[in-house]
Amino acid sequence: METIYALASASGKAGVAVVRVSGSAVDTVCLRMAGRLPQPRLATVCRIQDLEGGYLDEALVLRFLEGASFTGESVVEFHLHGSLAVVSAVLRTLGCFDGLRLAEPGEFTRRALENGRMELTQVEGLSDLIEAETEAQRVQALRQLSGALGQKTAEWRTQLVQAASLLEATIDFADEEVPVDVTPDVERLLQAVDTSIRGELRGLEAAERVRSGFVVAIVGAPNAGKSTLLNMLAGRDAAITSEIAGTTRDVIEVRLDIAGLAVTLLDTAGLRETTDPLEVAGISRARVRAAEADLRIHLDVAGQAVDDLLQENDICLVSKDDDGVFENGVSAKTGWGIDRLILLLEKRLKDVPASAGLVNRQRHREALERGLDHLGSAIALVSEGSDMYDLASEELRAAIHGLQRLVGQVDVEDLLGEIFANFCIGK
Amino acid sequence: MKHDRVDVIVVGGGHAGTEAAAAAARMGAETLLITLRLSDLGVMSCNPAIGGLGKGHLVREIDALDGIMGRIADKAGIQFRLLNRRKGPAVQGPRAQADRALYRSAMRTEIESTPHLTVLEAEVADLSVKGDRVTGVQLADGSIIPAGAVILTSGTFLRGVIHIGDRQIAGGRMGDRPSVRLAERIESLGLPLGRLKTGTPPRIDGKTIDWARLEKQPGDEDPVMFSFFSKAPEARQISCGITETNEKTHEIIRENLDQSAMYGGHIEGVGPRYCPSIEDKVVRFADKSSHQIFLEPESLSDDLIYPNGISTSLPEEAQQAYVRSIRGLEHADIVQPGYAIEYDYVDPRALDSRLHLRSMQGLFLAGQINGTTGYEEAAAQGLVSGANAAAEVLGKDALIFSRTTSYIGVMVDDLTTKGVSEPYRMFTSRAEFRLSLRADNADSRLTPFGLDHGLVQAERRLMFETKAEALEAAKSKLVGARLLPRDLEAAGLKAPKDGQPRSAYHVLSDRDVDWSLISKLVPELETVLPDIAAQLEREALYASYVERQKRDVAALAKDEGYRIPDDFDYDALSGLSNEITLKLKTVRPETLAQAGRIEGVTPAALTLILAALKRQAMSRAV
Repeated sequence: METIYALASASGKAGVAVVRVSGSAVDTVCLRMAGRLPQPRLATVCRIQDLEGGYLDEALVLRFLEGASFTGESVVEFHLHGSLAVVSAVLRTLGCFDGLRLAEPGEFTRRALENGRMELTQVEGLSDLIEAETEAQRVQALRQLSGALGQKTAEWRTQLVQAASLLEATIDFADEEVPVDVTPDVERLLQAVDTSIRGELRGLEAAERVRSGFVVAIVGAPNAGKSTLLNMLAGRDAAITSEIAGTTRDVIEVRLDIAGLAVTLLDTAGLRETTDPLEVAGISRARVRAAEADLRIHLDVAGQAVDDLLQENDICLVSKDDDGVFENGVSAKTGWGIDRLILLLEKRLKDVPASAGLVNRQRHREALERGLDHLGSAIALVSEGSDMYDLASEELRAAIHGLQRLVGQVDVEDLLGEIFANFCIGK
Repeated sequence: MKHDRVDVIVVGGGHAGTEAAAAAARMGAETLLITLRLSDLGVMSCNPAIGGLGKGHLVREIDALDGIMGRIADKAGIQFRLLNRRKGPAVQGPRAQADRALYRSAMRTEIESTPHLTVLEAEVADLSVKGDRVTGVQLADGSIIPAGAVILTSGTFLRGVIHIGDRQIAGGRMGDRPSVRLAERIESLGLPLGRLKTGTPPRIDGKTIDWARLEKQPGDEDPVMFSFFSKAPEARQISCGITETNEKTHEIIRENLDQSAMYGGHIEGVGPRYCPSIEDKVVRFADKSSHQIFLEPESLSDDLIYPNGISTSLPEEAQQAYVRSIRGLEHADIVQPGYAIEYDYVDPRALDSRLHLRSMQGLFLAGQINGTTGYEEAAAQGLVSGANAAAEVLGKDALIFSRTTSYIGVMVDDLTTKGVSEPYRMFTSRAEFRLSLRADNADSRLTPFGLDHGLVQAERRLMFETKAEALEAAKSKLVGARLLPRDLEAAGLKAPKDGQPRSAYHVLSDRDVDWSLISKLVPELETVLPDIAAQLEREALYASYVERQKRDVAALAKDEGYRIPDDFDYDALSGLSNEITLKLKTVRPETLAQAGRIEGVTPAALTLILAALKRQAMSRAV
């Protein structure tokens, strides 16, 4: 049985984050990362290190023996300080062990079930748990794949399907009019994917450093009171406020703590038609950042949203509601609606699976690295000519399988469809 | 007329029917094969060839289970070619051109000499049904034959329509009448039906072909046979002719397109993409100025030629015109025009993995009626249904074929899990574990399984066990022999610098090392027989890949171990989306593994099903 790991505790910034590892390699992992095997079921403080011995965190380590754990397998739990950077580093280290991989949605539960570690009553409540887990993942995956990365993976998919179909055509239709030597074409396609994935991996690294926590953007027409609201929320004068429309020309960021969640609040330039080049640049930046944010607060004296930026779950507020007449009104003068806004933000952000995002990025990295490995072997084998096509095609199959989380499943029907579209098969 | 009860009745004597009847009889069931004409046993109604890529694997597997197709094809083979000779051995497929007449007579002899098997020339008009169980068949003369199980292998007879241009003839095959009442009975069962089509080329009189102007394709010099029993071809070996269409041919076809049954809008069925008509080729690949044609002799005893590559549903005059535009065929006479045939098939998702109909006890379906095409696919299904029908009647364990160990398992699983959208044909790319599902090791994979279930007879047991022992002995010599880097260097091989000895088996896994080289280094291997050596060579070659796949195989096998009862209530599972519930209810997967292969079924859904299975098991235990 493969050893699996995942972040087992709840989302967002918290005091403690629990990373759980389950399977036969647990002792090896524990020895390498905690330096020793603590007594089972006894919380023990250990210095957690990466594979090079680098310090990661001071954490509580809790071991459970096979047959006496949640999953029924050997389990170790690392109770880390709840910093996103620490969790991310620990997950990355775990990913470096041979034979370790991130748990699939619901996989701990499934193992518990398979090993008879769940009571009848627990099974009853399972469906909600799994649904919640997978829904959050699905939404997160969609969010992450809808931009540039989405476009790239679509390209990878096309190229991989093409390459695989060329190889399969020469194998399965050898007595038909198909090319005998497809090495140059397959090499070109695979090299392109290889290069592009390497680039993406580098980008992923950078993105992780910048982004840790939720991003909320305040958007609206000039002088709607965006900066004032930001300052109210921040409890200090973080943004420059004035009565002159268009004062905020750049995006201003404030880090806040809302109900234990790390939130970066963005104050953006007021959106309006303007010819001032500086302001135009500010507005276009505002739009980009706002679109990428996890959530947007639309601020307007009439409660109107900025239509082209409006996404599901966004919050629309009536600004300058000094008399407190609107249920969704806010007033910087009277403080009306601010408490309600904070509650609402908390509620909405908890629906956004931020830490699933962290895990997802980890998943993406793992998927990309696993795909790259096999892609490299496939390229090497293809270059040796048609003698090796059966093995090359096996490596390519493994590469696609590794990238599946990103490029989607590639079925034999996809390959056949591509073959029949490109070659006149049927003698 | 009164008939005695039999264990298994097989309706139809094509490739599915003969293999089904032979398998049921081998299992020890008293079996009756009913065919419209004795002379039609094992008739090849399309291309006179057996095997090929994926298909050759199927024939080897049938043979490993003591089936008949491989031996008959070896007897009737007039040209043997191993496809993909220059690629890895896992994707090499044996193929043979078969003499139609020899095949038919060898098949008839085989069937008539099989113990426990009786053949009856009659028309089955209807099934006898009691409640939700088939109890036998009714013949056209009104008499009833009671049986424990019935296997329908009736090909394209369900609403079969033949098209030649705008002419339409009801019938399953040229010259056959459709069996109306039986078809109505099947329709009354309320099974999900779909419509498919397929086509054949015109048959040409070989005496009217100018062979001197044509290139020849000979068979292999060292023919590879299908059966593990066979050593060499028996019939005289021939070459095929090669010619090709040209611009003139394409022009004639384009001019007559509106008269083609398919392009004239007479056909609604879906045809196979890998076997397009010449009309299709000309339209879809308009930039190609020529398409290859193989002129395949159908028999040593007559002059009929099968021009492979120009199947058509054009009117006869147009067929004559385009055929005569082709090099070498300028004076060719058409003996029988090409035609397209449309027919209904039963959505195979209505079957379980024994090919037994879920909604009707005692009724099995095999072959083209399940939406497949090809003799080999039909025969393999025949074997599965025949063995399982016999097992059911005799109270033995069912024979379930796994994707992890056979192409047969891949096919049955594809059919019953995914259904079909075009006539289903086997390809090696359908088998995710194809590096271990090779033609050469079909016996190692399946003969023990067949022996366990009583499907394999004494003679093959002896041959298999002798070979298995020889393999074992040679392998232990290989694994035991240690070679030092300096030994390898002395033999001119790349050698690691670590000074560590390696097993000869390990060294053999290198693509550059073959048996002759290794047996020079390890003299005790020189006595190993060539076929044993070849199999070990291949095994070693793929060893590291097969090792890597073992985890996937194990995971799949574990999920195959979770059986889902047929009456499993998906509606009672909270947390499943409507879409997934609907798909699961349509397919009714038999195992958790099969459920996982249904498109759109998530890991979470699988966990829910597993939880429910566990719960049921627990409440049953209480």
